[in-house]
This record gives sequence, C-alpha cells and structure tokens, in this order.
Amino acid sequence: MLTSPEAVAAILGMAIVTMAVKASGFLLADRLPRDGFAAAWLRHIPGAVLAALVAPAVVTGGVAEAIAAAATAAVFILSKNLFAAMAIGVATVYAVRLLVAG
Amino acid sequence: MTDIAASLDSRMDQFLAGARACVPVAISVAAYGLVWGVLARGAGLSLLEVIMMSALVFAGSAQFVALDLWTATPAALPIGALVLAALIVNLRYLLLTATLRPLYPAKGLLGGALSMYLVTDENWAMTVAAMARGKGSVAFLMGGGALAWIAWMSTNLVGYGLGSAIDDPSRWGLDFAFTATFLALLLGMWKGRGDLVPWLVAALAAILTSRLVEGSWHILVGGVIGSLVGAYLETRKNADKS
Repeated sequence: MLTSPEAVAAILGMAIVTMAVKASGFLLADRLPRDGFAAAWLRHIPGAVLAALVAPAVVTGGVAEAIAAAATAAVFILSKNLFAAMAIGVATVYAVRLLVAG
Repeated sequence: MTDIAASLDSRMDQFLAGARACVPVAISVAAYGLVWGVLARGAGLSLLEVIMMSALVFAGSAQFVALDLWTATPAALPIGALVLAALIVNLRYLLLTATLRPLYPAKGLLGGALSMYLVTDENWAMTVAAMARGKGSVAFLMGGGALAWIAWMSTNLVGYGLGSAIDDPSRWGLDFAFTATFLALLLGMWKGRGDLVPWLVAALAAILTSRLVEGSWHILVGGVIGSLVGAYLETRKNADKS
C-alpha cells in the first residue's frame, strides 16, 4: 500500500493550515504599528512564549525535573554556555530519576 | 563581484552558525523523531505517507496528535479532525513568526512568508535569543531550520524502519533537553527587572492552562497574556515619565 486519496488530502490539509498560520503571523506583524503598545507587545512575546513553554514542564514534572531545572539555570548563569547547561540538565534528570526509581 | 562573493560568504557563515546553534535541540528533535517514526508505523501510515507528512507538515507536536487520530483504513480517516487538530496545535506559530519580521527587509514579503515553512520552536528560540544580543539573520534562522528538518526527517525514517526496537527518550533524560535548552535561552534574554512580572504571569498562565486543557494551548495562552502584561507595564512606565 503506497497511499490513498484520503491520506493525501489529510496530509495536504494539515500542511496548508500549518503553513497558513506560520505565514499569517509573519505578515500580520507588518500591519502592526512600529511604536507604542503594539511594538512593545511584539518585543515581549519571545520571553513570554519561552516562559510559557518551560514553566509547565518544570512545575508539573517531578522532583527530578525541578532539581534539573535548578542545575540547568545555575550552569547557564555561571558559564553562559547553552550546550553545557542543556547537557547538565539532561544528565541531572537521568541521574535523579535513577535514584528515585531505584 | 567581490562584494557579491563576500555577501554570499557571510550568508553561508550565518547559515552554518544557525545550524551549529541548534545542535543542542536537534539532539532532542532526533530522539522524538525516532519515536514518531515508530509510532507512525504502528498507527498504520505507509512509508510514502510518513515522508509526505514529515516533509510537508513538518511540525512535531501536530504530527504526534495526528497519530492519535489516524486510521489504517482510508475510508475511515477523519480528514476534517486531522486538519483542525493541526491548525489548533500550530496556532502558537502566529506569535513566533510575528517576532521574526524585523529580520526581513521591508520589501519582498512573499519570499519571507514562504520561508516561515522552516520555522520550528527550536530555531525560532535560537534566533530570537540571537536577536536579543543584536545578532541573528534570515540565514541563521534557515540554517537552524534546515538542521531541524534533516534531524526530524532522517530519524522518522530510521524509527519507521526499526519498528518497535526503540527506547523511550525519557529513559535517557532526553525529554528534558527541550526544557533545559529553552530555560537557558530564557535566562539569556533577561534584560532587567521589567521582565520579571511578564515572565511570571506567562509562566503562571501556562501552568494553569496546562492543568485545564490538553495540548499546546498553554504556550499560546501564556505567551499572549505574559507579553500583553509586559507591553502594558512598559507603556505605562513610559507614560509616567513623559
């Protein structure tokens, strides 16, 4: 079985709406004023989105996630090295889960 | 002539720098790519369908949701639900791609809009972090996107080929690579006390939303509320001064 018309329609539909959303954000940014509230809003989006991405994963995870998040933050603040911070975070989660589980 | 060559060189450098910057998150993309490939086989997608979906849709969370809805019998395939789910899961991209607009020149919007295809959470985060340091470029964004695309597609195929002989990424702590990288990027964006309240509001709104609704709504809700609070506080402070 290679594929079916239904599957192709579903995949194309998914691709079109995804691309439409991505292009819309980019194009709508042009319609916003370059100063004042709208500009300040755009400037604050990256930090707010990252905070919204990270917070639930840290808080609703277990002890391992909380300790690893603290370790990640400490390593990044001290070293400013993104890769080191990521590696320590992953290693800490791995180690604490082993300890807690076993 | 030499100017053109020099500008091509610097674009290539930026492209490679963007790819390099995305290596930490590409590891995590690859781990989940393997899992998605395995699950896609289990859900009854053909190899051609796996290639089409990963190449054309190219959105990890939407593709995971799609596997829940997929059926092996074409006649039973819920096309409308699949498309609607992709739309809802990907709505957060409205916020992400809007913030990338300053990278592009005023003219030639069509090409810019089409290039949003290569935007993922990962290369977006790396690029806005670079922009906050006064760096970042379209080539940087595309380099990260190309690496993410290759990591996603290649591991999807490996996972599909291997079938079920794959470990859960969380066994090796790899599920935390996203969170750790995004947390470090967030800390790198700290500009002063003015960031504290918007970030806390975004975090709280996201935590609440994630408890109440499934899916990726928490990113959109937290991102919108937090950034609006930040803009409100900033413009009010400026108004007080004048």
